[in-house]
Amino acid sequence: MSAPPPRSGIGRTLVRGLGQTLITLGAVVLLFLGYQVWVTDEINEGVQSELTQDLRQRWAVGDDPLQAPDRPGGAPGQLPMEEGFAFIRIPAFGLDYVRVVLEGTDEDKLTEGPGHYPDSALPGEVGNFAMAGHRVGKGSPFLDLDQLGPGDAIIIETAAQWYVYRVLGDGVIPGQQIVSPDRVEVVAPVPGAPADLPTRALLTLTTCHPKFSAAQRLIVHAELDGQPLAKAEHPDGPPALREG
Amino acid sequence: MYTWIWRHLPGGRPGKIAGSLLLVVAVSALLLFVVFPWLDPHLPFNQITVR
Repeated sequence: MSAPPPRSGIGRTLVRGLGQTLITLGAVVLLFLGYQVWVTDEINEGVQSELTQDLRQRWAVGDDPLQAPDRPGGAPGQLPMEEGFAFIRIPAFGLDYVRVVLEGTDEDKLTEGPGHYPDSALPGEVGNFAMAGHRVGKGSPFLDLDQLGPGDAIIIETAAQWYVYRVLGDGVIPGQQIVSPDRVEVVAPVPGAPADLPTRALLTLTTCHPKFSAAQRLIVHAELDGQPLAKAEHPDGPPALREG
Repeated sequence: MYTWIWRHLPGGRPGKIAGSLLLVVAVSALLLFVVFPWLDPHLPFNQITVR
């Protein structure tokens, strides 16, 4: 028995073309996923290590962006936009988890690292020190934000101080919430109550939720735990850094 | 499309295989370094701020 002779015709050509197109699209989508999950992480690692070097060098010569002269009267929102100004460490994510925090929440900033909402408080200040960070790709700084529980430490390192924040439990301001993207009041000085005057020093992290989606935002709130610790007295970091 | 490309690649079977690989690498590079970086900021899951 011999194989049937190859048939040709417009229908066959169309079906074959469609099949090839679908296979090609599938391959492109897979490649794009690889790009999102691995390639942007690789690129971000290089960017973060450069930012880290820059910031350490600036600090070494006494140049602290948080004390920049273009902040008359200490008004917020006047940080230099080019570089990082602090490190964020989350021991629950591992001892090696450290990211440079940049000023601003533009997309090009957030591609480099977690970005500080310019109108929100600065580290240690009464009010709400709020940052946005990527969930998947771009270094995935806030990938596992949903794993943080009440009491987990979020440590901010500035030129001279360590600030230890602790994730809140159940309260008026919850430790963790999932909100729609237009709920800007989560980064207000008093989260959820934008008209109120702040009395607590809070920290807020925002990222997308669920992973690979922008339908909602995952929000984590934490509160400053005790006084800031001088780096001169704690060169290896606060005890909370070794809780991981 | 792939049939057409295969038919037009020169160099017999080894040449065609080499040519195909080269094309795959070139297209992947174009996607990874030009198309995806451009496409990236326009995608929804990159929105991580409240606004």
